[in-house]
Amino acid sequence: MSILLPQPVGIPAPRPSLHSEAYWDGCRRHQLLYQRCAECGYRGLGAFTVCAQCHATSPVWEASTGTGSLYSWTVVWRPPDPSFRVPYAPAVVRLDEGVWMMSAIIGCEPEKLHDGLRLAVEFHPANGEITLPYFAPARDGAGQ
Amino acid sequence: MAIAGVHNTDQARALPDHDSTSIALVGALGALADAGITPHEVDGVVGTDCAQIALELGLGPCARRPTSLGIPALLDAASLIITGQCNVVLVAAGGAGIHVDRASTAPWTRPANELVVGYGLFTAAEFALMARRHMLTYGTTPEQLATVAATIRTNGHMNPDAVYHGRGPFTPEDILASRMIAEPFHLLDCATTSEGGCAVVLVTSERAGGCREPLWILGGASDSFGPAYTVAPVWDFQPRTDSLPAGLVGARAADMAFAMAGLGPADVDVAELYDPFSFEIIRQLEAFGFCEPGEGGPFVEDGNIAPGGVLPVTTDGGTMSFSHPGINAQQLQRVIRAAEQLRGSCVTNQVDGAEVALCSNGGAGALFCDVLMLGRERP
Repeated sequence: MSILLPQPVGIPAPRPSLHSEAYWDGCRRHQLLYQRCAECGYRGLGAFTVCAQCHATSPVWEASTGTGSLYSWTVVWRPPDPSFRVPYAPAVVRLDEGVWMMSAIIGCEPEKLHDGLRLAVEFHPANGEITLPYFAPARDGAGQ
Repeated sequence: MAIAGVHNTDQARALPDHDSTSIALVGALGALADAGITPHEVDGVVGTDCAQIALELGLGPCARRPTSLGIPALLDAASLIITGQCNVVLVAAGGAGIHVDRASTAPWTRPANELVVGYGLFTAAEFALMARRHMLTYGTTPEQLATVAATIRTNGHMNPDAVYHGRGPFTPEDILASRMIAEPFHLLDCATTSEGGCAVVLVTSERAGGCREPLWILGGASDSFGPAYTVAPVWDFQPRTDSLPAGLVGARAADMAFAMAGLGPADVDVAELYDPFSFEIIRQLEAFGFCEPGEGGPFVEDGNIAPGGVLPVTTDGGTMSFSHPGINAQQLQRVIRAAEQLRGSCVTNQVDGAEVALCSNGGAGALFCDVLMLGRERP
């Protein structure tokens, strides 16, 4: 079985929005950011402008260690768009900061994926503008 | 209020003479004919094409609600009637000429949100991420998923009105032998795509008195955790510490629908559950209280959802076999099949003496789920 790889440049790529620019800027310099409410510390799902807990309007971007655990995954063999190379493994990663994020796993065989697999972020370009965070199995001792 | 008429147009892989609005209009005229109501009696239209339908049927001035999806549209129609704004509301939907790029999956399956698009997410993968968590937590198996798909696809195989009529019958082994799409979903675990239209006519209880065979809305409600397909689909996501996890979306709606109806899961004779992917049926059976959490897999494996079982499910073949014409019509079609079951008019898989039906829309991978209950008896 083949090793899961990053997608080639030219896939349908994200278009940053007003409130996510900081996230994509961070990816471009290979730094993974997550959002945290400055008032109560709540970490949301996706980019937000209002805290779902205390409704403060002051979320801040924090640097993640870039490590986490595999929470759920699938291995896709029929892509939504022909520019995607199969197989690939979309995954929900639970960052060590307690944030869930969407990504894809690379750097191992699909059969090696399991619940709780330790992961570390890797950055690869999606096009000239956008760099995507992927996750690969953590090397020995990393992110423990 | 009551459902006075329902209609499905012809459903097919492609309807080249139609666009979504024109096939919705065919559905609308059919549902009005079924109700025995002339179009000019309609004083409200619900659906994404509502304004165009109002124009083409000559209904103005009338109420309109551009609500998408099936059950939410029906609940909006019901609110127009309950608040006295309307006496006869038409809910119409259609899908045609949308899925033309066959190298890609259907457009409604791949919304391009920035946090998911680069990872090749589409509906099959989104629902697979929810299914995986259930399999890890409860030991749900691919064979159990395949049992759902085989049951529903065989229902469609038997149904002469289904787009995929005559393609079966199917066994779980057939499902597992089909090519992999997004693990754990094989091709035959997934919905098809097709084209078609449909409509439902809702009327006041007073107006229902003059109708041939009114059916009664016993209860209904909607659950959502956020926009579909824009963030990671996380089973355990709880926006508040006191909220249900996203994996149980629809549980609250079902509780509310049962409470409105004064009924419980044991009272349901037939469940027209929305079936975008095989696993979603197992999830809904648990979320709606038909079995305990984690028991959905064994429940389907024991034959309970098959024709003649404790709870026949998606008896026309659903989106896997009957039809899957875009996001609006396919959801409304669950309600139409439930109405046909209660009338006793199903040509295949009629549940004898069905008095109470539950229908659903959506699913965990999309972070929303809607429930509607219909009955033969006026509540």
